[in-house]
Amino acid sequence: MTPDISHYVFIGSVMFVLGVFTMTSRRNAIYILMGAELVVNAAALNFVAFARYRGEDLSGQMFAVFIIVLAAAEAAVALGIVLQLFQHFPTIDVSKSNTLSE
Amino acid sequence: MPESSLLTAILMTPLVGALAMMCVPSERRDVIKTMAAVFTGLPLLLSIFLYVQFDRANPDYQFVEFHSWVATFNINYHLGVDGLSVPLVFLTCLLLFLGVFSSWNINKATKGFFILLLLLEVGINGVFMSLDFFLFYVFWEVMLLPMYFLIGIWGGPRREYAAIKFFLYTLLGSILMLVAMIAMYLYSGNVGAADGGIGQRTWNLITMAQIGLQGGWAGAPAFLGMQFQHWCFLFLFIGFAIKIPVFPFHTWLPDAHVEAPTAISVILAGILLKLGGYGLLRVNLLCFPDVIWAGGGPTAWATGLALLGMINCVYGAFCAMAQKDFKKLVAYSSVAHMGFVLLGIAAANEAGLAGCTLQMFNHGTSSAMLFLVVGVIYDRAHHRDIEGFGGLAGHMPMYSSVAFLAIFTSLGLPGLAGFWGEAMALVGCYEVFPKITVVSTIGLIVTAAFFLMTIRKVFFGPVQDKYKDYPDLDKREWTCMVPLGLLCILLGWFPMLLLGWMNSSIAKVVEQVRSF
Amino acid sequence: MEFFETTRPVWYALLILFLPLGAFCFNAFGFRTEFVKKRGHVVPLLGIGTALFLSCSLFKSVVFDHHGTNPEATVAEDSHGVAYDDRFVYWSTEEGLSFPLLEAGDFQIVAGILIDNLTVMMLVVVTLVSFLVHLYSTGYMHGDERYPRFFAFLGLFTFSMLGLILTDNLLLLFCFWELVGLCSYFLIGFWFQQDDPPKASMKAFLTNRFGDVGFLLGILLVYQLFGTLSIPGLEARLRSGEPIPALYNWDPHTLCTLAGLLLFCGPMAKSAQVPMHIWLPDAMAGPTPVSALIHAATMVAAGVYMVGRIFWFFTPEALLFIAVIGMMTAIIAATIGLVHNNIKKVLAYSTCSQLGYMMLALGVGGYGAGIFHLYTHAFFKACLFLCAGSVIHSVHTEDMREMGGLKSKMPVTYKTMMIATLALAGVPFFSGAFSKELIIEHALYWGVHGGILHFLPALFAIVGAVLTFFYMLRLMHLTFWGEPRNKERFDHAHESPPSMTIPLLVLATLSLFSVGWPIPFLGGHAIPEMLPSPPSAVAEALPSIEGGEHGHPGLGYILTSFLVALLVLAVGWLLYRRTYKDQRPGPDAWVRRFPQSYATINGLYFFDEFYQATVVRAGHALSRTFASFDQRVVDGAVNMVGTLGQALGRLHGAIDKTVVDGLVNSFWHLSHLLSRMFRRLQTGNVQDYLTFAVAGVVLVSLMVLFLGS
Repeated sequence: MTPDISHYVFIGSVMFVLGVFTMTSRRNAIYILMGAELVVNAAALNFVAFARYRGEDLSGQMFAVFIIVLAAAEAAVALGIVLQLFQHFPTIDVSKSNTLSE
Repeated sequence: MPESSLLTAILMTPLVGALAMMCVPSERRDVIKTMAAVFTGLPLLLSIFLYVQFDRANPDYQFVEFHSWVATFNINYHLGVDGLSVPLVFLTCLLLFLGVFSSWNINKATKGFFILLLLLEVGINGVFMSLDFFLFYVFWEVMLLPMYFLIGIWGGPRREYAAIKFFLYTLLGSILMLVAMIAMYLYSGNVGAADGGIGQRTWNLITMAQIGLQGGWAGAPAFLGMQFQHWCFLFLFIGFAIKIPVFPFHTWLPDAHVEAPTAISVILAGILLKLGGYGLLRVNLLCFPDVIWAGGGPTAWATGLALLGMINCVYGAFCAMAQKDFKKLVAYSSVAHMGFVLLGIAAANEAGLAGCTLQMFNHGTSSAMLFLVVGVIYDRAHHRDIEGFGGLAGHMPMYSSVAFLAIFTSLGLPGLAGFWGEAMALVGCYEVFPKITVVSTIGLIVTAAFFLMTIRKVFFGPVQDKYKDYPDLDKREWTCMVPLGLLCILLGWFPMLLLGWMNSSIAKVVEQVRSF
Repeated sequence: MEFFETTRPVWYALLILFLPLGAFCFNAFGFRTEFVKKRGHVVPLLGIGTALFLSCSLFKSVVFDHHGTNPEATVAEDSHGVAYDDRFVYWSTEEGLSFPLLEAGDFQIVAGILIDNLTVMMLVVVTLVSFLVHLYSTGYMHGDERYPRFFAFLGLFTFSMLGLILTDNLLLLFCFWELVGLCSYFLIGFWFQQDDPPKASMKAFLTNRFGDVGFLLGILLVYQLFGTLSIPGLEARLRSGEPIPALYNWDPHTLCTLAGLLLFCGPMAKSAQVPMHIWLPDAMAGPTPVSALIHAATMVAAGVYMVGRIFWFFTPEALLFIAVIGMMTAIIAATIGLVHNNIKKVLAYSTCSQLGYMMLALGVGGYGAGIFHLYTHAFFKACLFLCAGSVIHSVHTEDMREMGGLKSKMPVTYKTMMIATLALAGVPFFSGAFSKELIIEHALYWGVHGGILHFLPALFAIVGAVLTFFYMLRLMHLTFWGEPRNKERFDHAHESPPSMTIPLLVLATLSLFSVGWPIPFLGGHAIPEMLPSPPSAVAEALPSIEGGEHGHPGLGYILTSFLVALLVLAVGWLLYRRTYKDQRPGPDAWVRRFPQSYATINGLYFFDEFYQATVVRAGHALSRTFASFDQRVVDGAVNMVGTLGQALGRLHGAIDKTVVDGLVNSFWHLSHLLSRMFRRLQTGNVQDYLTFAVAGVVLVSLMVLFLGS
């Protein structure tokens, strides 16, 4: 059985849902970052899968590469923010650092 | 009579003064006071000149001035005086002049005070001189506002209440007057020459009187079963009755008097109350003579007027007797005295109207004096409680003499001015309403009673230590009272000095009223 | 010059009138000058003295030079001297000398001067007593800090009193009438720092005010009926026989009676007649010279003068009323005089009683008798008061229980007072005898010509005369006779200075030489003969009155009354002897025997209490009621209108706020509400937002899934 588009999309959506779930349910900033990585990569997976499915050019793969680069940069920045956050509040639990609300 | 601008000169001098005063910085109090004295003194001199120049034998309006103002509505700047208004113009000028001196000590917003005082003079004189009903009304309202501020700003502790009461009360009257006035204006256009009209709408009081004399109002549509002239009479009467003041519209008076500063009380009692009586004579009696007198006898309206006069006399006197506040007592005594004015008007005969006009003038001098008297003691003791004084006659002999003069003038002692007004009003009223007159004389007894009680409590009795150091009248107070005192004595023995000027006009009014 | 010659009486009269006024002005306006402060009596004395001289001169010219000169006198001369029409009358208005004081249509007050026998007699009485009182006051008031002012008021009073006498107009008479009241007010209250004088002066003025209002109403009615207020004009109008109009459905007779009674209200108060006498005894709070001048000799007699002046105006009914009032006054006041212990008050009640006699005399038609009694009374009563003043000056008390035995210490005062007492009692050869006898004579005549009840005035007059003699003896006994009851006061007592005793001597002489007797230098005529009784003028205008002419008692009456007078003196003397001389039964026994009567009399018949309980209380109650009515109801209504207006305003405002503004505001409220609701979602937590976003996406997806197809 050769994997067709539906399998890739299924895997991608599972990854997306897991990522979203992680982002919403976890309080830890690191986990949230990981969830975000999952979501982004699910998207990248979809890009590649649909590119293959259409088979005309490599634009989908190009997007995936950009996403990977972006994700790396994002992770670096986000981790920096988390570190700063930790220095500001002695926790990385995001629900505690709610000074922007109200 | 050649065109003369004497009336305008009397009328507008204070206005010029007020405008000039606006340019003076408010710290220069002395300059302001001197200016006020000058700009009230000039009209006084002019009014004396007017009094001398006035032709006594001529019952018509004199010194008439006529200029078109708002041609669209036939409103004119129409001034003129007759025997009824000349003494009152003089009284106005005199009391305002004395008022300036009696308020020499006012240091709170001096400039504003004197500007308002000058405006007040313009308003009062304007009412007495206007022959155009619209102009009359304008001046009537012009007078109202300065009075409101003078009481409301420079008054006593409850000044706002008193000022608002005064203002609203008078405004109510003005509105009724306005309604009647507009009705008269609108209807006057329908009256042809045969009925005394000029076939076009007019505010001219002379024409309106002519219409009244010719019975021209009778053609106007009735409303709610009452004739046009009765409605107008009623509305105008209420308007003027509030000013007089007639029971039951009198309650603004004690409050306004008690709160007003001395000079304003003097003007209020001395002149403003007379505006009501003057309005009744000038407008009600002349424009609607048939409401008062019909078929050779007094109408029910006249009886009602006389009854109100009687109530004023008796009720006011009894109310005065119960007062503890000297100023309130004098205020209620004014209510009682003005009752005689009503009695005289209701009788509408020569003696009655002579009594009415004499009473108006003489009450102007005596009550003004009484308020000055109260003001003097208030300045020293800072209270006016009759029970709180005693023995003042001992160490303030000059003050007491003046006070006695004022009090005895006020209680109608013969030989002093107050007697003639009351006596003549009674003589006149007795001819028409004997029973009402008899009841009214109770007021004479009660008036004597409360004034004598006041003398006993305030001036007689042992000298109290706390009043021992009070100085007697100073020069300024003395100057304020002397002219009034002299008038009281002089007019007590020579009432013709006043009546001689008024008689021909009175005769004319009586002739017109009695023609029905 | 000829003009002045023919009109001389009027210039005399004007001078007499204005000299006292000038004295008043001098003292009143010059009160700061040293001269007035030190010698305040000089100018008034000179003024009054000149007026006295002029009055005497006028009296002489009127009484001697013009006596019986009218050849056209219509009424026959009878035993009582001059006929009415024969008297000298000078009316300045008739001569064209008048001053139009006031004029309003038909109503005119023209001031003129009327001089006849009555006028000149009164002029002499007033100026003489006034002059003597001025003189006396220089001693009595010496050292008072308001010495010049006292003389100023005396001058003003004299002026007013003379004006009252000289005027020819009822309304002007009323004016001067009130002016004398004013002077009386200030003079009673002269020592205003004390407690009593202010009260007494107020009482006097107010009581008189009641009478004056009646007087004024009477004047109004007279004017209404006859259209004139000039006294000679009124008389001429009545005598013309022109019918009197009927007013208010009343017949002329009733109207005339009513007018007479209303006019009489004035004299009733001024001459202290029962029931309006209450002010006179209290008026004794004033200085004694004032009591002598105003409250004994002149002002209180003004009522009698006024009734005499318009005597022809009173209908028989009105005269009856006057007689009854006079009778009551004579007896009631005399009884009170029996028990009072204050020397001045006894004299005051005596004055009251004597004024009652005068009124009684006038009421029964004894015009000459009444006026003549006024004349004699003025001198002896002024003398009595001045003597009392002299005593008070000396012992510094008015209570007779503190006196006694002063006869030796004050011989002049004692002798003069004794003479005046005998004159008052009516002992023959003293002035009072003649006048009092005349009164009794007329009262008897009236009784004989009327019903049995008409004897009451005569009876009361006789009983009153007994009482008069008795209380005067009692006064003399307590004051001058017997043992001194207060040693200290007695030791300090001394005779008064000449300035005070000279007036006493003059007045005593006038009471002694009964000037009423026909003495040669009056041309053989006695004073009452100078005063012919005016025939009723009302009767000439009213057919309903029969025989308006008052008859004259004949010789029989004169003899009877003489005998009665002797009897009176005898009874009075016996009573006095039994009570005071023999001490059997003694004054205390009388009190014990008639406790009820004594309590009533000593309580002054409870007039004061009665008025206090009725008039005064009613007045205060009314004033309180009206004032509270004014404050609560009238002003309350005004304030209620105000409050109502405010309430309406508030209601209006409320509607504006809730409905109109509310509609606008409700949008805001709604959005606010929603925003509050949704704000909850804005937790600031990115995770939550994400959750919502996901939920939203899921929701939208589901909707697309199920609804979209």
